[in-house]
Amino acid sequence: MSQPADLNLDHVANLARLALTPGEKARFSTQIGDVLVYIAQLKEVDVSGVEPTAHAFPLFNVWAGDVPQPGLPVELALKNAPAQRDHMIAVPRVVE
Amino acid sequence: MSSEVFFKPITELGSLLAAKKISSVELMQAVLARTKAIDSKVQAFNSFDEADALAQARASDERRAAGQAGGPLDGIPVGIKDVISVAGQPLTASSKMLANFVSPYDATATRKLKAAGAICWGRLNLDEFAMGSSTENSAFKTTCNPWDLTRVPGGSSGGSAAAVAAGEAVAALGSDTGGSIRQPAALCGVVGLKPTYGLVSRYGLIAFASSLDQIGPFGRTVEDAAILLGAIAGHDANDSTSFKAEIPDYRAGLAKRKGPWKLGIAKEYFAEGIDPEVNAAVQSAIAHYKKLGCEIREISLPHTKYAVAVYYIIATAECSSNLARFDGIRYGHRSKDATDALDIYFKSRAEGFGPEVKRRIILGTYVLSSGYYDAYYLRAQKVRTLIRRDFLNAYQEVDAILTPTSPTPAFKRGAKADPLAMYLCDIYTIGVNLAGLPGISLPCGFSKSGLPIGLQIIGQPFKEADLLAIARAYEQGHDWHTKHPTL
Repeated sequence: MSQPADLNLDHVANLARLALTPGEKARFSTQIGDVLVYIAQLKEVDVSGVEPTAHAFPLFNVWAGDVPQPGLPVELALKNAPAQRDHMIAVPRVVE
Repeated sequence: MSSEVFFKPITELGSLLAAKKISSVELMQAVLARTKAIDSKVQAFNSFDEADALAQARASDERRAAGQAGGPLDGIPVGIKDVISVAGQPLTASSKMLANFVSPYDATATRKLKAAGAICWGRLNLDEFAMGSSTENSAFKTTCNPWDLTRVPGGSSGGSAAAVAAGEAVAALGSDTGGSIRQPAALCGVVGLKPTYGLVSRYGLIAFASSLDQIGPFGRTVEDAAILLGAIAGHDANDSTSFKAEIPDYRAGLAKRKGPWKLGIAKEYFAEGIDPEVNAAVQSAIAHYKKLGCEIREISLPHTKYAVAVYYIIATAECSSNLARFDGIRYGHRSKDATDALDIYFKSRAEGFGPEVKRRIILGTYVLSSGYYDAYYLRAQKVRTLIRRDFLNAYQEVDAILTPTSPTPAFKRGAKADPLAMYLCDIYTIGVNLAGLPGISLPCGFSKSGLPIGLQIIGQPFKEADLLAIARAYEQGHDWHTKHPTL
């Protein structure tokens, strides 16, 4: 189907930190294009003077008391880390 | 006993447990045996921990022997969707990204279930990260509809709905972002309730779209759903969107609230695309309410047709932000081929996420990106206001709204390969999430080919007690909920 000319999949995938295969690019470009065509019907709605809704029941200034609480022990917090060493998450070197 | 123990509702099992006619261990063993016998066909579970389930059952029996049994949930196996944390158990979201993840802590809903004595039972399959309407997007397995194994159970909480329908769990928890509890409940012939946004804490639920997600119960009966909701509802400081609402006794409310109610029928929910058998079943449910003395009023929800479009902007925008945390650094899948930090992000996410999750992340990133935000995201939020206003206007006139839950009964596996066609399955459920309202689906008939049909009732914010009573009034005049699939 038609595809919005301005969907630059490489640019958006880069923003999303997502590596796509050429096959995925071809498929997604058509599929997401179809969805964008469908979504375009929102242009016909008159929204002048309408406030946006971010939450159905917004709550503001939800504070928690500044009270120390027990947290996860280090071993438990790191249990799901893909790589760890000396109670730290191991990652490739990021500074020269 | 009148039927197999694994098909009995919580209420009946609660009496049997209290009278010591059955022990929790015996009940858990029956559910385990049932699951082992049929789950190779239904595929509702990603995994289960038999020893842990039996240990919880034994603990319940010990409480009872000591005269310290809790309420009606004590000793009842409640299945948990594999997107809700249970300490020490796997938490996969049916994604390769979290294939080896183990929950370090309990979700608040889980903690409350345990406090009520329930057995947190198994990890139930879902569409990856709860994104889908058929459970076909799971990275691990496709759950089948217990009423017809060639068909889908709905989604995203397809494992939860199928497990309850098939007698592999007495009840279950799911999550609902655009219909993910109600639609599978309808397709599998069980009761599913999506609470008002903020009624049940989201702490420990893997976030998909934070302004829409809610945890809710599946049960065989409206009363079972009421019992479960009572156990998991309530304010929680660990969820800053949790509402300080008063929690009534939902179960006791069923007997007290008698109606008659003013019920709205929105013509937009009976437009093109509705299956004639679904329409007929819902019309006959409406006729039943009329017979009970309820006033049926025609109402209009004029922005209904925009709900799916609004949802696929807002939900994908929120998902692209929420799923940014899966970067291969702190937890989850890390690519073995990555050479530097940035490379870890790109490759881990490419390897860890399935196609639907990737599509939604890309769409959500696009609608939030510089130059498009106003045209898509901001406009969608404004139309969301109009959709919400439609409902609130309707509630000036009526107590609740009756609709079909899904335009069709369960469809064949593989029938909706096109993402947009799949998105349109949720056309009757999505508006409820956008407006933050409570909604329930309950069985209201079967198609000629034997597939369950669901009635959706949409309630007013935080008036679950009324919503449940209205649902119960229908259920009491019918026996759909007593029918079980042959497996």
